[in-house]
Amino acid sequence: MFKKILIANRGEIACRVIKTARKMGIKTVAVYSDADRNALHVSMADEAVHIGASPAAQSYIVIDKIMAAIKATGAEAVHPGYGFLSENMNFAAALEAAGVVFIGPPSGAIEAMGDKITSKKLAMEAGVSTVPGHMGLIADADEAVRIATQIGYPVMIKASAGGGGKGMRIAWDDAEAREGFQSSKNEAAASFGDDRIFIEKFVTQPRHIEIQVLADKHGNTVYLHERECSIQRRNQKVIEEAPSPFLDAATRKAMGEQACALARAVGYTSAGTVEFIVDGNRNFYFLEMNTRLQVEHPVTELITGVDLVEQMIRVAYGEALPFRQEDLKINGWAMESRLYAEDPYRNFLPSIGRLTRYRPPVEGPTATGIVRNDTGVFEGGEISMFYDPMIAKLCTWAPTRAGAIEEMRIALDTFEVEGIGHNLPFVGAVMDHPRFQSGNITTAFIAEEYPDGFKGAVLTDDVVRRLAAAAAAMNRVAEIRRTRISGTMDNHTRRVGDDWVVSLQDTEHAVKIDADPEGSTVTFADGTAMRVTSDWTPGQPLARLTVDGVLMAVKMAKIPMGFRMRLRGADLKVHVRTPRQHALAALMLEKQPPDTSKYLLCPMPGLIVRISVEVGDEVQEGQALATVEAMKMENILKAERRGVVKAVKASAGASLRVDDVILEFE
Amino acid sequence: MKDILQELEARRAVARAGGGEKRVAAQHGKGKLTARERIELLLDEGSFEEFDMFVAHRSTDFGMEENRHPGDGVVTGWGTINGRMVYVFSQDFTVLGGSVSESHAAKFCKMMDMAILNGAPVIGINDSGGARIQEGVGSLAAYGEVFQRNILASGVVPQISLIMGPCAGGAVYSPAMTDFIFMVKDSSYMFVTGPDVVKTVTNEQVTAEELGGASTHTRKSSVADGAFENDVEALAETRRLFDFLPLNNREKAPVRPFFDDPARLEPSLDTLVPDNPNQPYDMKELITKLADEGDFFEIQAAFAANIITGFIRIEGQSVGVVANQPMVLAGCLDIDASRKAARFVRFCDAFEIPILTLVDVPGFLPGVSQELGGVIKHGAKLLFAYGEATVPKVTVLTRKTYGGAYVVMSSKHLRGDFNYAWPTAEVAVMGAKGAVEILYRNELGDAARIAARVKEYEDRFANPFVAAERGFIDEVIMPHSTRRRVARAFASLRGKKLTNPWKKHDNIPL
Repeated sequence: MFKKILIANRGEIACRVIKTARKMGIKTVAVYSDADRNALHVSMADEAVHIGASPAAQSYIVIDKIMAAIKATGAEAVHPGYGFLSENMNFAAALEAAGVVFIGPPSGAIEAMGDKITSKKLAMEAGVSTVPGHMGLIADADEAVRIATQIGYPVMIKASAGGGGKGMRIAWDDAEAREGFQSSKNEAAASFGDDRIFIEKFVTQPRHIEIQVLADKHGNTVYLHERECSIQRRNQKVIEEAPSPFLDAATRKAMGEQACALARAVGYTSAGTVEFIVDGNRNFYFLEMNTRLQVEHPVTELITGVDLVEQMIRVAYGEALPFRQEDLKINGWAMESRLYAEDPYRNFLPSIGRLTRYRPPVEGPTATGIVRNDTGVFEGGEISMFYDPMIAKLCTWAPTRAGAIEEMRIALDTFEVEGIGHNLPFVGAVMDHPRFQSGNITTAFIAEEYPDGFKGAVLTDDVVRRLAAAAAAMNRVAEIRRTRISGTMDNHTRRVGDDWVVSLQDTEHAVKIDADPEGSTVTFADGTAMRVTSDWTPGQPLARLTVDGVLMAVKMAKIPMGFRMRLRGADLKVHVRTPRQHALAALMLEKQPPDTSKYLLCPMPGLIVRISVEVGDEVQEGQALATVEAMKMENILKAERRGVVKAVKASAGASLRVDDVILEFE
Repeated sequence: MKDILQELEARRAVARAGGGEKRVAAQHGKGKLTARERIELLLDEGSFEEFDMFVAHRSTDFGMEENRHPGDGVVTGWGTINGRMVYVFSQDFTVLGGSVSESHAAKFCKMMDMAILNGAPVIGINDSGGARIQEGVGSLAAYGEVFQRNILASGVVPQISLIMGPCAGGAVYSPAMTDFIFMVKDSSYMFVTGPDVVKTVTNEQVTAEELGGASTHTRKSSVADGAFENDVEALAETRRLFDFLPLNNREKAPVRPFFDDPARLEPSLDTLVPDNPNQPYDMKELITKLADEGDFFEIQAAFAANIITGFIRIEGQSVGVVANQPMVLAGCLDIDASRKAARFVRFCDAFEIPILTLVDVPGFLPGVSQELGGVIKHGAKLLFAYGEATVPKVTVLTRKTYGGAYVVMSSKHLRGDFNYAWPTAEVAVMGAKGAVEILYRNELGDAARIAARVKEYEDRFANPFVAAERGFIDEVIMPHSTRRRVARAFASLRGKKLTNPWKKHDNIPL
């Protein structure tokens, strides 16, 4: 086996690869940029090599720098992770030339699958089902319309070099086809410098389902079943699961065999993924093949028990796969939530900064399943602006899909991340969504269910009642502690009462608490009672409770006369008051949010270093607007709300006083 | 006998009704609670003992003999907050507009006299139209009596003022002399002369809110220490603050049970100070990670944010925190920051609350407006306050401390008890670049040489060890163990006794 490998990547995937290498007794070499000097993958590896400035273009994707690191450390093989150089055939070729093993497929396979049109041709030749469409290049709009009519509307007009939705149009009739062809062509030329266009059938009710394949250098090719990745936001996968709730055994087998056929056709070795689009009638069509380890590979590992990274390393070393197709069964269900540093309340704007608190759930077996968290960050670490904003991949496993969802709900509720905006509440809300739970999902799920963005989840009545009982019980504990302060009057101490009113999410609950050493019984006005037990003590940011027999995990913070409580994608102000306090609080006026100012004012005397926006720009909440230097420190001023810049009143180099106007909004 | 008992109840009912249903409804309509409702929320349920319920004025001018109300527009008494004693007065805007008469003020005075005598804090709830004009000079004299008692009580028992409605004219000087003033947003204002007079005299057009609202006094004038959304929140938060304060100047700061390990390690603090010396970081993260349960009650959060002041608990005991905030003006000291922190330090010292100082200060803010504004004397206030303080003083230096500001920020030379430094700290007369430009003025043309000189200066001084060699830093500590070190330091100082030379009082540069 290899003695030492280099991981040409960063973040969670570098950490992931290091873990398996360590398990196999292989020494590891990490590479890092300036921004990653203190990163987790650097401290986990046996050796680390600095490879340049923070932008990936000056470090992680510079082949020469990686080659130099290999030479300096004597690594025998390189794992590229995903992204960066993982599908770069020049890199694979450079390694080959240097006699270093690439832990991935042969460069020929990377090249063959790298181009959309070539890969589709190869797939068709290998007998893989492809989306009906015109494979050749299209000369003009007239030809586009003719081809579209042949295929049958709706059709998708796509740039050959496309990706990320650019140069892509859907046409439902001739006119749209004509117009779509032209605009796709223009966009493709502008974005990719390649205006080749093709047309294919537009698949309705599409689901994204992909097959994991694994091939060795001894002619063995197997598939490790599917992953469904339909929950996407703007083509970015958010939640993945394995298996798919939609496939039947026959479809799975057909897809798996076609995927293997394609892998064989291109002489594939190592791990790879064949992506399909599946319509409402379980017709599946080839999309593309990813010639690398996928981000969402852990769900496959959880249902098959195969360590894909280990197999990639063994295959690269020349070993044969230790299993055959018939050995690969689906065991239970796995879910993955991608935790991104994107603020769902601010239109998923990337959020960078310091992780002031980062406490993932405990990994390993739980009473009813398994929790796994692949991460590359740590408390006190920095989410930098230079790379992918992924914080962690939280995975759960259970015997059933419902069980895996339940495990995920608890895992998300106990996952503490503070200091930056992140999508944990959003993922939590999706887990609670009845349509997601039903398995009736498509790639349009998020766009359809959250058309106006995410404003926080609305909890169901039963969860609200349990939360009310929990809040009442915890508040009582906190109130009693307050009475235990020193300096109280002898014999006239405060007695904490039993009657409370809990208000949350526009509901009010009058409750009576009977406490005993083991817990509290909270009785509602209708006579129903809930038993609350917990080891929570005042000030703990995470409360684990059993309420009415149900396990709950709630993130807690103090607010006047109550708590801020977060769970299941909801972020609530929960007030717990005596009936009298409640009656008096009801007299308070509902305040309108203060008149949102139309100006960005300079908050301190200082020098404008840069203005980051121009007149007419639409800015999102949290977006950087200007940088002011004061006392040699750069302070970034961010937008407090969405708006359009009407005027820029100060320019770089200007010296401003407090409250001087920098920008005016419309 | 029964009739007599009934008469008491009947008289009480009249007093409790205040200005009557209509005026109470008007008060509620403005989102304001009545004087008695406020006391109910402020004190423990059922703990209020009223004084002077039947006091009425004796004025007969301008038909006032027809306009007498039991209580005379203010409710006074005592009760408990979480079982600890407190005296309260709460002006009743529904009775004669809460205006201050001789008898109204006499009720305040009785409470304050008792508070000083018995050693319990005073909380005053202000909601008054001002002096009762019908009483003329009698009303002014009454103010004077109140002011005198505020002055005598100062430093003896904590005094807290809640402004929950108008507070104008001479009346403002009573809260002004108390330890803390809190306002309610949109429904309270304070000024010496109102918008009408301002218009007449200086021809300035200004609204009551602009002249004396919560935003003005918390952000610009610094008259108020904080502002809350409404009466209910203000009263709840006052209870929270009260739990940090001792009852009087003879008692130690209160202690309550805590659920946070004093030895808790915070590995994330090892990365709090950024690698880049020009990059700010949030000092509040350090404060909340050092505090029991992350609980921090900030004082004057909206004013001079380059310095942070407020209360935390360590091992259940109240500690006053003063910290430079690198996020604002790089955490430098200026006129406002010095004044704000000086007053806070003096409060803590007056009431035996230990002080934790967290230092990252590049110096005093340079500037014409600072010098002309008297930064010399204002800066001296903080220096003076730290130097005279005899309470336990623990200081943690996180990054840099330059020049005179180093001495000011609770240094060893000002009788700091424990002066810790993180390994990232440096104590110097100034930053390396500035120092080299002075020391090697003749080499300024040679960039390479200057760079080498800067490096040389940094190697020599950009660390905590030079100061540690001299004993100015007691110990260099790991950031992750700061809570444990600070907790043990304060624990070791519980028996500290330090007395300044006898004097009538000092002469702090006011």
